[in-house]
Amino acid sequence: MIVRGRNERLLVRDIAHARAGDKGNTSNVNIWVNDPEDFELLKRSVTPERIKKEFPKLVRGKVTRYVIEHLHGLNLVMGEALEGGVNASLNLDSHGKSWSYLILGLTLDTGESATSSER
Amino acid sequence: MAKGNGTFRIGTGAGFSADRLDPAVDLARRGALDVMVLECLGERTVAFAHRDRMADPRRGYNTLLERRMRALLAPCREAGTVIITNMGAANPRAAAERTRDVAHALGLSGLKIACIEGDDVSGRLGNDQPFMDEPGTLADIGRPVVGMNAYLGADAIIPALQAGADVVIGGRLADPSMFLAPLMHHYGWQNSDLAALGAGTLVGHLMECGMQITGGYYADPGTKDVPDLAQCGYPLAEVAADGSAVITKLPGTGGCVNEATVKEQLLYEVHDPAAYLTPDVTADFSRVKLKDLGHDRVRVSDAGGRARPEKLKVTVGFDAGVLAEAGVSYAGPAAGARGRLAAGIVDARLKETHKIKSPLRVDLIGAGSLFATAGKTRNDSEDVRLHVALRTTNRDEAELMLWEVESLLCCGPAGGGGYRGVITPAVETKSILIARGLVKPTVEIFVT
Repeated sequence: MIVRGRNERLLVRDIAHARAGDKGNTSNVNIWVNDPEDFELLKRSVTPERIKKEFPKLVRGKVTRYVIEHLHGLNLVMGEALEGGVNASLNLDSHGKSWSYLILGLTLDTGESATSSER
Repeated sequence: MAKGNGTFRIGTGAGFSADRLDPAVDLARRGALDVMVLECLGERTVAFAHRDRMADPRRGYNTLLERRMRALLAPCREAGTVIITNMGAANPRAAAERTRDVAHALGLSGLKIACIEGDDVSGRLGNDQPFMDEPGTLADIGRPVVGMNAYLGADAIIPALQAGADVVIGGRLADPSMFLAPLMHHYGWQNSDLAALGAGTLVGHLMECGMQITGGYYADPGTKDVPDLAQCGYPLAEVAADGSAVITKLPGTGGCVNEATVKEQLLYEVHDPAAYLTPDVTADFSRVKLKDLGHDRVRVSDAGGRARPEKLKVTVGFDAGVLAEAGVSYAGPAAGARGRLAAGIVDARLKETHKIKSPLRVDLIGAGSLFATAGKTRNDSEDVRLHVALRTTNRDEAELMLWEVESLLCCGPAGGGGYRGVITPAVETKSILIARGLVKPTVEIFVT
């Protein structure tokens, strides 16, 4: 389990790994904790509501979260989240392959003053 | 067939159109494979292949086909390994003929090359067909359609295997179906054996992206270190009669296979883990069990299956004009400020001076590009690159954009350098559904 010092700002990347994929204008990012003890912290930190709040201009559609309890992973499916999709997007990364690191770059909701460290 | 202690051995020799070749040759030589699958087709690649075919009826297949066949036909024949591939893209017949030519040149006689056709359903559907996952119909496209390909499943591939083919070449063969078909053929699984079809589809899904399960696309220094990624090995699946499998790679190759590499691939491009749709089955990956056996071996089991989707998915590709991209770099003190000034100039010149209305985007690489829409930018970079992108069906607009960006070298902010500009043809794709009865796959065998 992740051990943190006071006031230390931890990222999802500190406890988990992820991969992004695309289908049309829908992006999915699967996220897995390295240590099962951190799974609750991941579930608390990466919610559909949070994704919508963090990236309102990018993730325009519905966000669905599938929980794979026994493998300690989440699958985020984000609608209208690829700026039109691989054929239409003008983003250099038109597949949104780097969206995995968008999620891994989120701060963890460690329960204490976590929201104050968010921009 | 079946070379490995009662298991059926399938290797991946390409996981996308431009994948590496030398590790495939290594796997063909040392893998004692029953089957090698080369998965080389995506939604965009098939549309581009149609454009190639329109320009030259002898083309339209994977541009690396000849090289791959020259390197793989002999070792696969020697090992008794059947090659299954969708490198035929928009022209499986030409791909099969080229493969036959390569076999002749290599002196391989008696080789059976199966050509699967029938995925091209152009002209078989009315304009009122609705899109699969967005509003609108084919009638709304308003641009020339370059190709329409239905995803063919295992049932299109099995007849080629029954005919004793050494090489099976098709166009839009669904990725996991190329792995499932030889398993169904070898183990005698029927369409009603849904759990087995789900299990075989899991194997296909895990294997279809090649090195994405052996450490490729996984490394992140400090948190996920991967040994010798430059010499990464392709994956190999040892599949049992119930569809459970061990995913591994050849000894002596770089990369790694562990629970984490398998997990990242398990839900790659998957939405609902309990409903992964293929032409063959609705596969259920939600209860899959993984067991790390050590030494780059992971056992996968417990995939499930339900009835296959009633209709087949069709990718419709159409001409979308061009994508024009151009850039100039700025470095040193206030590089970001100079880059932003350049961005404003280009924007004003294109939109106001030249009245261009096509979709335009201006990024500042180093200060915010990939994550710009997500709102993540920074201002402290001393090395930024202006990147301008324009999608247009008007070639003149594309050329004008490149000209304007290049003109920054004398008319823009101080210290800009390193102009590059490129215009590439663009295709767009949409998905629709087709009744299975309208798709009639065929198999023809060429013998060398």
